[in-house]
Amino acid sequence: MMLALIAAHFVAAALAPALVTWLGRRALLLLAVVPAAGFAWAAAMTGELRDGGSVEQRVRWVGSLGLELSFRLTTLTWVMTLLVTGVGALVLAYCAAYFRRDDAGLPRFAGLLTAFAAAMLGLVLADDLLVLYVFWELTTVLSYLLIGHNPERKANRRAALQALMVTTFGGLAMLVGVIVIGQAAGTYRISDVLANPPGGDAVTVAVVLVLVGAVSKSALMPFHFWLPGAMAAPTPVSAYLHAAAMVKAGVYLVALFAPAFAGLLPWRPLLLTLGVLTMLLGGLRALRQTDLKLLLAYGTVSQLGFLIVLVGAGTRAAALGGVAMLVAHALFKATLFLVVGLVDRAAGTRDLRELSGLGRRLPLLMWTSILAAASMAAIPPLAGFVAKETAYAAAVDIAETGDGTGIGAFAGWALVAGLAVGSALTAAYSIRFVWGAFAVKSGVPPIESRDCRFPTAGFSATPVLLSFGGLALGFLGPVETELLAPYAELFPAGAHEPELALWHGVNLALLLSVASVLAGIALFRWRDRVDRAEAALAPPADAETAYRAMMRGVDRLAVEVTGATQRGSLPSYLAVIFLVIVAVPGGVLVAGQLWADGPGVRAWDSIGQAIVGAIMIAAAVLAARSRRRLKAVVLAGGTGYGMAMLFILHGAPDLALTQVLVETVTLVIFVLVLRRLPTYFSDRPLTKSRWWRIGLGVAVGLVMSGLALAASGARTADPVSEGFAEPAVSYGGGYNIVNVTLVDIRAWDTMGEISVLVVAATGVASLIFLITGRTGRHRPDDAIASAPASSERRPHRNLWLRAGRTVAPEGRSILFEVVTRLAFHIVIVFSIYLLFVGHNSPGGGFAGGLVAGLALMVRYLAGGRHELDEAAPVDAGLVLGIGLFIATGSGLAPLAFGGDVLQSAIVDLSLPLLGEVHFVTSLFFDVGVYLVVIGLMLDVLRSLGGGVDEQAGDDDDADAGESIETAEGVR
Amino acid sequence: MSANLVLVAVVGVLFAAGVYLLLERSLTRVLIGVILIGNGVNTLFLVASGPAGRAPIVGLSDVDDMSDPLPQALVLTAIVITLGVTAFLLAMAYRAWQLNGHDDVQDDVEDAAIRRRAERDEVSSSYDDSAGGTMDEEGSDEAAETAGERR
Repeated sequence: MMLALIAAHFVAAALAPALVTWLGRRALLLLAVVPAAGFAWAAAMTGELRDGGSVEQRVRWVGSLGLELSFRLTTLTWVMTLLVTGVGALVLAYCAAYFRRDDAGLPRFAGLLTAFAAAMLGLVLADDLLVLYVFWELTTVLSYLLIGHNPERKANRRAALQALMVTTFGGLAMLVGVIVIGQAAGTYRISDVLANPPGGDAVTVAVVLVLVGAVSKSALMPFHFWLPGAMAAPTPVSAYLHAAAMVKAGVYLVALFAPAFAGLLPWRPLLLTLGVLTMLLGGLRALRQTDLKLLLAYGTVSQLGFLIVLVGAGTRAAALGGVAMLVAHALFKATLFLVVGLVDRAAGTRDLRELSGLGRRLPLLMWTSILAAASMAAIPPLAGFVAKETAYAAAVDIAETGDGTGIGAFAGWALVAGLAVGSALTAAYSIRFVWGAFAVKSGVPPIESRDCRFPTAGFSATPVLLSFGGLALGFLGPVETELLAPYAELFPAGAHEPELALWHGVNLALLLSVASVLAGIALFRWRDRVDRAEAALAPPADAETAYRAMMRGVDRLAVEVTGATQRGSLPSYLAVIFLVIVAVPGGVLVAGQLWADGPGVRAWDSIGQAIVGAIMIAAAVLAARSRRRLKAVVLAGGTGYGMAMLFILHGAPDLALTQVLVETVTLVIFVLVLRRLPTYFSDRPLTKSRWWRIGLGVAVGLVMSGLALAASGARTADPVSEGFAEPAVSYGGGYNIVNVTLVDIRAWDTMGEISVLVVAATGVASLIFLITGRTGRHRPDDAIASAPASSERRPHRNLWLRAGRTVAPEGRSILFEVVTRLAFHIVIVFSIYLLFVGHNSPGGGFAGGLVAGLALMVRYLAGGRHELDEAAPVDAGLVLGIGLFIATGSGLAPLAFGGDVLQSAIVDLSLPLLGEVHFVTSLFFDVGVYLVVIGLMLDVLRSLGGGVDEQAGDDDDADAGESIETAEGVR
Repeated sequence: MSANLVLVAVVGVLFAAGVYLLLERSLTRVLIGVILIGNGVNTLFLVASGPAGRAPIVGLSDVDDMSDPLPQALVLTAIVITLGVTAFLLAMAYRAWQLNGHDDVQDDVEDAAIRRRAERDEVSSSYDDSAGGTMDEEGSDEAAETAGERR
C-alpha cells in the first residue's frame, strides 16, 4: 500500500502538466485528491500503531546490491505522513485559487509540487537508508526547481542555487555517513539499525555526518541562510516545503535516530548548542523583517532550532514535546504562510510598512492569523502552548536532574534560559506579524474596500481549517499523548512521566510560559529600541557572507587550475602525452624489467625486407622534412606501399591487398583536397621548438623500438591463434583464417570497426556539407541536361559517359572516359568476386568494398560529380545504414535459432541447375562490411570530391562576380 | 622469440617522424603524422607477431609454416580505420582552410581567456557575485528596471 501510494503521487505528478493544460488551475483540486487519499490511509492505520505496532512493506529492487524498496509506518513516520499528506492536499487545493488563471508556469509547477509531495512521502516512509537518501536528494532537487519557479529574476536564481548548494552539501555528507553506518551495521534497513545500533569511532563520525545533512536541510546555523532565500518561491511552496514538510526532514531524521544515537558524545552538545543559537538568531532576525514572508521565514528558522533541541535532547519528555511541537508548528506556520499569500493577493503587497487597516476589511483572515500566531506564541488553549509546556518541563527536568542525559546543571539551566529567551522572541514576532498584517498604522493610508480584492471562500478555507486544527489539538492533549506514546517510549523513562495537557498546575514550566509571553509583549512594545540595539550589535559578517566567499574561492581555484593546466594548445597537450610515454614505458624499458633474459635478434627474414625497410625509412624522414604538401603526401604514401610489401614478405596477402587499396584511395582523396589548399605549408621559422619536436620524436621512436624488442622478447606462451586453423574450417567454414577471424572468431571487433567507419563517413559529410545537402535524391538527369555543352557535337554521339559533358572541355579525356566505361562494370564484378571468395582466399568485405569504391572513384574522376551520381544514385547514408543493418541483423539472427550473437552456420544445399552450394551464414556479415565500406567511399567522394568541386565553383563565380563589379566601378 | 631488427628500425623511424609531424600546427602535417604512426603501429604488430611465414590459408600452406593470423586480422581492422580517420581529418583540414584561409590548429581562444583571468586573479565569466535584485515569485528584472526608469 505504501509503495502504491508513493507511486500514485508520482503518476499524478507526471500527469499534472497535461491536466493543468487541459482543465486549467482547477486540475490542482484533482491532484489534491492523491495526498488526501494518503492522509485517509494513514488515519485509518491509527489503530494498528496504537500499541507500538508497525506496518511494513518490502519489495526487492536491486538484489545483487541488497537494495530493497522497504517502507515502514511507525508512530513517528505516521505523524510525518499525516502532516506531509494533509498539508500537501490542503496546499494543492489552495494553489487552485492562488495562481492566476493565465500563469504560464502553472503546468510545470503543478507537476513539481506533486512530485515533491511524492518524494516527501517516500522520505518519511522509507525503511532503508539508501532509499531514504534517494528521496532526500529528490526533495532537494525539487525544492531547487520550485524556488526557481520564476527564473526571470536574478535574485531568485541565486536563491535557488544557494538552497541547492547548501542542502546538497549536507546531503553528500549524509550519504557518506549513511554508508558508514550501513556497512558497520551490516544492513541498510533502518529498523534493524535502530534495533541494534552499531558502535565505534567510525560510527560516531558517521552519525555526525548524518547530522550535518539534517542540520543543513533544517536550516540550522551555520546553514540557516538558504531558508529566507527560499522565499523566492511562490507562497504556497513556502507554506509546504519551507514550513511544514521539507525543512522538517532534518528534524525527522534527528528524531528517527535519537533513540539509537543520542548517547553518542557529539550528539547532544552539537544539536543543543546549534538549536538554541539558531532559535535566538532566527527570532532576532524575524523582529527586523518588514516583508511578512521573510518574517515568517526567520521565524521558521528559529522554530526549527527549537524543534532540533527537543527531538535531539533524547529524553522521553523532550521527545514527546518535540513531536507535539512538530505537529503544532506545521499547523500554525502553514496557516500563517497561506494567510500571507491571501494578504498578498488581496492588498497587492506583503510589506508591513504599506499594510494598514486590512483587519477591518478581512476580519475572518485576521482572526485566523490571531489563532495561529497565538499558537506560535504559546498562548493557551492552543496546540503550541500545550507542546511548549511539555518542552519547558522536559528542559527543567534536564537542568534539575540531568534526566539521563548527563548534562550538567549549568548547561541545563543555560538551555532553559535559552529556550525562554527564544520563546520571548517568538511571542514578539508573532505579535509583530498580526500587527504588521492587519493593524491600523499611523501615517500609513489604510486599505479601502475598493483597493482590496476579496478572496473567495474556498481560497480562505484552507488556512481557517488549519488554524482550527491547532485549536482543536490544544484540547486533545491526553489523546495525543496516548497516540505518541509508542515513540516516546523508545526513550528510557525520565524524572517525570510527560503528558500533554492544558493544565499541569502551577509549576516552573507555567511560570516560564507566562514570563516569556510577557517578555515578548514588552519586546514588541519597545520595538524601536530593540531595533536600534539590534542594528548596533549586528555582526559585520554573517554565514551568508562566508558562503559567498567560499563559492568565490572555489571559482577562483577552478580558474587558476584551468588556467595552469589547460593551455589550449594542441601541440603542448600532445607533447605532454608523448613525454609520459617516454618517461613511464621508456623508464621501465631502461630499467630492463621487460628483457631480463635478453631477446634473440635476427637482422631480417629476407633481404627484400631490408630493402623495403630502407626505402620506408628514407620516405618517412623525407616526408617529415618536406615543405610541399603534395610531396609530403606522396612520400607518406610511399611508406604505405612499403607496408604492403612488408605484408607480402611476411606472408599476409589479405593485409597487402587491403593496404594497397587503402593507400591508393588515400592518395586520391588527398589530391582531391590538396588541389584547393596552398602548395606549401605555412611558414614556420626555425625556432627552438623545432629542436624540441625533433628531440621528442626521436625519443618516442627509440621507446617504441625498445618496446618492439621487448615485445618480441616477452613473448613466451604459444600464440592463441595456433588453434585457429582447425576451427576456422570446421566451425567457421572457411579456409582463409584471417577472414574467418574477422567475420566469425573476432566478429565483435569488426562490428565495432564498421560502426567507427559509419561515424567517420558521417563526420566527413557533415564537415563538408554542414547540415544540408547530403541527403536527398541523387538524380543527375537535370544537372546533366542543363549543363552547357562542352563541345559543338550533338550530345547523343560518342557519349561514353553521360555526365562527361558537364566537365570543362580542357578537363576531359576521351580515352579516360572510354576506359572507365569499359572497365567499370568489370571492376564491380571483381569486387563482388572478392567479397564472395574472401572466406577461402585473400579478399573479403573490406577489400571488395574498397575495390568497388575505387571503381566509383574512377567514374568520378572521369566524369565529375554528376557522373558519380549517375553511377550510384543513392544516398551514402542509406548505404551505410543498410550495411550496418545487415551486419547487425546477421549478428542477431542466430539468437532466433537459439544460437549466440554472431554465431555462424554452414549451409550445404543442392540446388537444381547450380549444383552443390556451400555457404556460410557469416557471409551476410561480410556483405554488411562491404556495404559500409562502399558507403564510406561514397561519402568521401561526394564530400571531398563533388562537394569541394561545387564549393570551388561557387568561389570562382563569386570571384568572377567581384571582378565584374570592380570593372563596373572603374567604368 | 627473436626480434627482427630491420622492422624494429622501421618502427622507430616511422614513430619518430610521425611524432615530429604530429607536434606541428598544420593539420595536413598532423594528418601525415597520424598516417606514419599508423604504419609504425602496423609494423610493430609484424615484429611482435613472430617470424614471417606462408599465407594463413588452410590448404594452401601447412599450418606450421603459416604466419600468425590473429595480428593480421587486427592490422586489417587498423588499416581500414586509418582510412576513415584520414578522410575525417582531411575534411577537417579542408574546412579549417575554408573558414580561416589556412589549416593551422590555433590555440583555443577560450582557454587563453581563462588564462588571462587566472593571471589577473579574476573569477570565471559565469560567476555572478552581485547581490542586487529583488526576490519575487512574479515579474522580471527587466520589467523592474524599466519601471524604475519610468519613475
